[in-house]
Amino acid sequence: MELAVWTYEGPTHMGALRVATAMRGVHCLLHAPQGDSYADLLFTMIERRPGRPPVSYTSFQQRDLGRSTADLIKEAARATYERFRPEVLLIGESCTAELLQDQAGSLVRGLGLPVPVLPLDLPSWSRKETWGAGETFHRLARALLKPRAPVPGAPRPARAPGQPPRANLLGPIALGFRCRDDVTAVSRLLAAIGVEVHVVAPLGARPTDLLRLPEADFNICLYPEIAESTCAWLERTFRQPWVRAVPIGIGATRDFLAEVARLANEPGVTAAATRLADSATAGASEIGFATGAAAYAPRLPWYSQSVDATYLTGKRVFIFGDATHALAAARIVDRELGMRVVGLGTYLREQARPVREAARQYGLEALITADYLEVEACIAASHPELVLGTQMERHVAKRLGIPCAVISGPAHVQDFPARHAPQMGFEGADVIFDTWIGPLMMGLEEHLLTMFRGDFEFGAEPAITAESLPATAAVSQAPASPERVPDTTAGFAPAVPPKAADEVVNDPIWDPLAENELKKIPFFVRGKARRNTECFARERGIATITVETLYDAKAHFGR
Amino acid sequence: MTLASVPPPAMAEGRQANGSPLETSSPREASSRDLPVVCEGGQRQAFCGLAGIVWLHRKLQDTFFLVVGSRTCAHMLQSAAGVMIFAAPRFATAILEERDLAGLADANAELDRVVTRLLERRPDIATLFLVGTCPSEVIKLDLHKAAERLNQAFQAQAQADATQPNQPIPPQGLPGTTGVSPAGRPRVLAYSGSGLETTFTQGEDTCLEALVPDLPAPPAGESSLLVVGTLADVVEDQFSRLFAELGIGPVRFFPPRSARALPPVGPGTRLLLAQPFLGRAARALEARGAELLTAPFPIGIEGTRGWFASAAQAWGLAADRVEAVLAKPAARAGQALARYREQLAGKRIAFFPDSQLEALIARFLQQECDMEILVAGVPYFDRRLMAGEIDLLSRALPGHPAGSFGVVEGGDVDRQLDTVRAARPDLTVCGLGLANPLEAEGLTTKWSIELVFSPIQGFEQAADLAELFARPLTRRARLRF
Ligand code: SF4
Repeated sequence: MELAVWTYEGPTHMGALRVATAMRGVHCLLHAPQGDSYADLLFTMIERRPGRPPVSYTSFQQRDLGRSTADLIKEAARATYERFRPEVLLIGESCTAELLQDQAGSLVRGLGLPVPVLPLDLPSWSRKETWGAGETFHRLARALLKPRAPVPGAPRPARAPGQPPRANLLGPIALGFRCRDDVTAVSRLLAAIGVEVHVVAPLGARPTDLLRLPEADFNICLYPEIAESTCAWLERTFRQPWVRAVPIGIGATRDFLAEVARLANEPGVTAAATRLADSATAGASEIGFATGAAAYAPRLPWYSQSVDATYLTGKRVFIFGDATHALAAARIVDRELGMRVVGLGTYLREQARPVREAARQYGLEALITADYLEVEACIAASHPELVLGTQMERHVAKRLGIPCAVISGPAHVQDFPARHAPQMGFEGADVIFDTWIGPLMMGLEEHLLTMFRGDFEFGAEPAITAESLPATAAVSQAPASPERVPDTTAGFAPAVPPKAADEVVNDPIWDPLAENELKKIPFFVRGKARRNTECFARERGIATITVETLYDAKAHFGR
Repeated sequence: MTLASVPPPAMAEGRQANGSPLETSSPREASSRDLPVVCEGGQRQAFCGLAGIVWLHRKLQDTFFLVVGSRTCAHMLQSAAGVMIFAAPRFATAILEERDLAGLADANAELDRVVTRLLERRPDIATLFLVGTCPSEVIKLDLHKAAERLNQAFQAQAQADATQPNQPIPPQGLPGTTGVSPAGRPRVLAYSGSGLETTFTQGEDTCLEALVPDLPAPPAGESSLLVVGTLADVVEDQFSRLFAELGIGPVRFFPPRSARALPPVGPGTRLLLAQPFLGRAARALEARGAELLTAPFPIGIEGTRGWFASAAQAWGLAADRVEAVLAKPAARAGQALARYREQLAGKRIAFFPDSQLEALIARFLQQECDMEILVAGVPYFDRRLMAGEIDLLSRALPGHPAGSFGVVEGGDVDRQLDTVRAARPDLTVCGLGLANPLEAEGLTTKWSIELVFSPIQGFEQAADLAELFARPLTRRARLRF
């Protein structure tokens, strides 16, 4: 039994519905009690989809359980087929239905409907939403394409002369984090180097489009959580290679271009991809100022090099999300923004391995958990200056008074902005620069605050917080925040409230002079200075913190 | 934990589609003045009773709701709770896992472990509800027994603590209150919010029903009024003032704002329902000796007037005295309402079955706002509870010059959509899953969930209620691109 207050993932059938909803011509009959129909509102309210998701529910009730639910399933399947006339009918079972063991899939198959019926049989008691989405896509592709599989070992037919290389974009689904815009951004990127997008799936694809998947020269696995198993199966069955680099960030997009060029195996594409990749780092002179260029030239590299960004150096960043976005974020934070990864994790147990490996590179132990309270504790313990996470971490960060940007699902209405806001490609890199850096205080502003900290206008903290620092306004509203140890405490009283008797012994006491000195430190780093100094003193068994201790600690923790 | 559920006689085609409380829809209890209510079966678009936790946990400020269910239940609750509003909510889900399904003994041990862990983290909890779900009911995990077991364990622990003199004894509950076992340990109760048994607002019914045995007995000979059903605090306060003016009292509210201050019930307690979905809670209170007053529901001016009048009648108050007290707020409400009536009059409206408030609100919109009701879908129609509405409702039914509307019980969502698409009402009241798709088809909608969360009862809120329907019309009229 797992105690869940908020969950990162829904049940497996939710994943199936996200695939069905992304596609056209697919309908899902879900054997489920009435309350499970809440799933509809996630699509219509969060993603603002103008149509109902293609799902019908059997809505079984207590009294149906006494007799057989078989008739109910069959009746619902016939009615669903008659009304929606899908090209493929998926049969799903919610957690409760799985317990009933009604064999909904074979019951509906037995009806002989004039349409392919695919029972999903997703294990809802051991797996979760994301896995369910990947599995549904995989099973759908396999069910449709298996009859067309060539004999094992047969060579792939060569590309027709004059035919540009073609690639499938696999993985985007409904309620996916910026999937909509990523598909556009990646398609533009491919167009710029002369690669045609053959099929995008599941998003926007019909079952007949899935039948065309093997025609492409290679697959692009945009979201490994969703498409990896399908890509691997297509490779095994149709000898179709696939691109593994996920183009989030400048470096990753350059890797992506190189990998695409290799698989496209076409001199023109290789030359264009090299040119494009190089343009991204081609010095600062014209980047970001050219207009009307054929391909998008990113501004992130130059902005990051500009002196204004110096203040980002070594900033502590905590990263948590799905594996794809968390891994990409770590690389960007570390190499492209020059900040420091102090926490890295994912709620996707299935993807733990690559995240663990990446974390080791940063000298960290990866956090693999679906318990947001554990994530909260880790965030608090690592004292980050920026949190990159899901909506859950956004709330945690808000409580702790730490700036935050959202980098990954689970989906929230704010993750579907009206504007084009991809994460992928060079366009995406620039969106990322703006959204991650925005919440941090602007560099020059921070500089000025430090320089003028002694001035009386800056003495009144709330005024600063309210007017100059909108992004950190949460700090002043969160009395529980560790940053807000009251500074009005009389100079001689210990700032930390006395605790249980045995704890007091270990807690260092602030000498009044040191306490005064602490007040000269800008308030937005004061909490951290206090914590660090106390920690330093505790470790060394120092009972009273003097001005000396304060500066010793500063030297010790200084970058 | 399975509530006795006698299938009511089928009333029309297909499956009888209500949430199956045994007392609903039974022709035996039909009023002398019968209402034509059509009942349909089919696919439903509605929350289960777990959704009630969203407002119950706000009302009962020292309670915690532990749902014992699947990942679906956790996800549904979090989606219904405003798609990730945050804080440290006083609800959570104990998600059953494969090994819990394998053996009930283990599941019970697991549950005890989870509850213990939870209580360690939340020592402020006075009452813990174990909330049953479809999966917990299907595997026959008896949460009532689990609650008893936990209560006994806490009691034993409290006694053990009490015999150790150097252990500080936690503060006792305030004198005269209940809901807290002797050592300040929380009281554990169980109820069902499962979609197999409850629809949306019925989750409040089963929750309150579970609290009834804990209500204390009233002082002997006291006659009091108990208002049953969650109301916004502001509405409660208005009602309290009016009851005081009428000279009716003592008046208490159930649920109370704190589970540590449960109202007494017994012979001499008269029940006035504030919500139309509390059939089981009402039965349980009647079993404690209380008397259920037949009254309309306090929706709109007429409903509110009739609601107070029923209480006044039970207290034997003279009609002119009652009118003297009610006339002023009723007149003020009429004035406030006039503005919206102008806008709403003649507009056609349809209700999908969702919150169980549909028939009452349709009655209000027709009679007090001059709207035309195309159809009022209700999840189920409880004739016993609606007895006090029959007079008001039947004025709105065929034969009455004011026009007519049909009450439809249950129903298949696809067929309902067909009806609405064909009729193209000016306003459609529906759940969140249907609203945007209908808007995209050019139909103006109102989310029914807002009717549950907003203060809409009473005189002072009559205009606010009308405004909820006027707003989407205003908005559509304003937008130009
Ligand atoms: S309908 Fe049943 S399974 Fe679904 S969320 Fe409600 S209680 Fe859980």
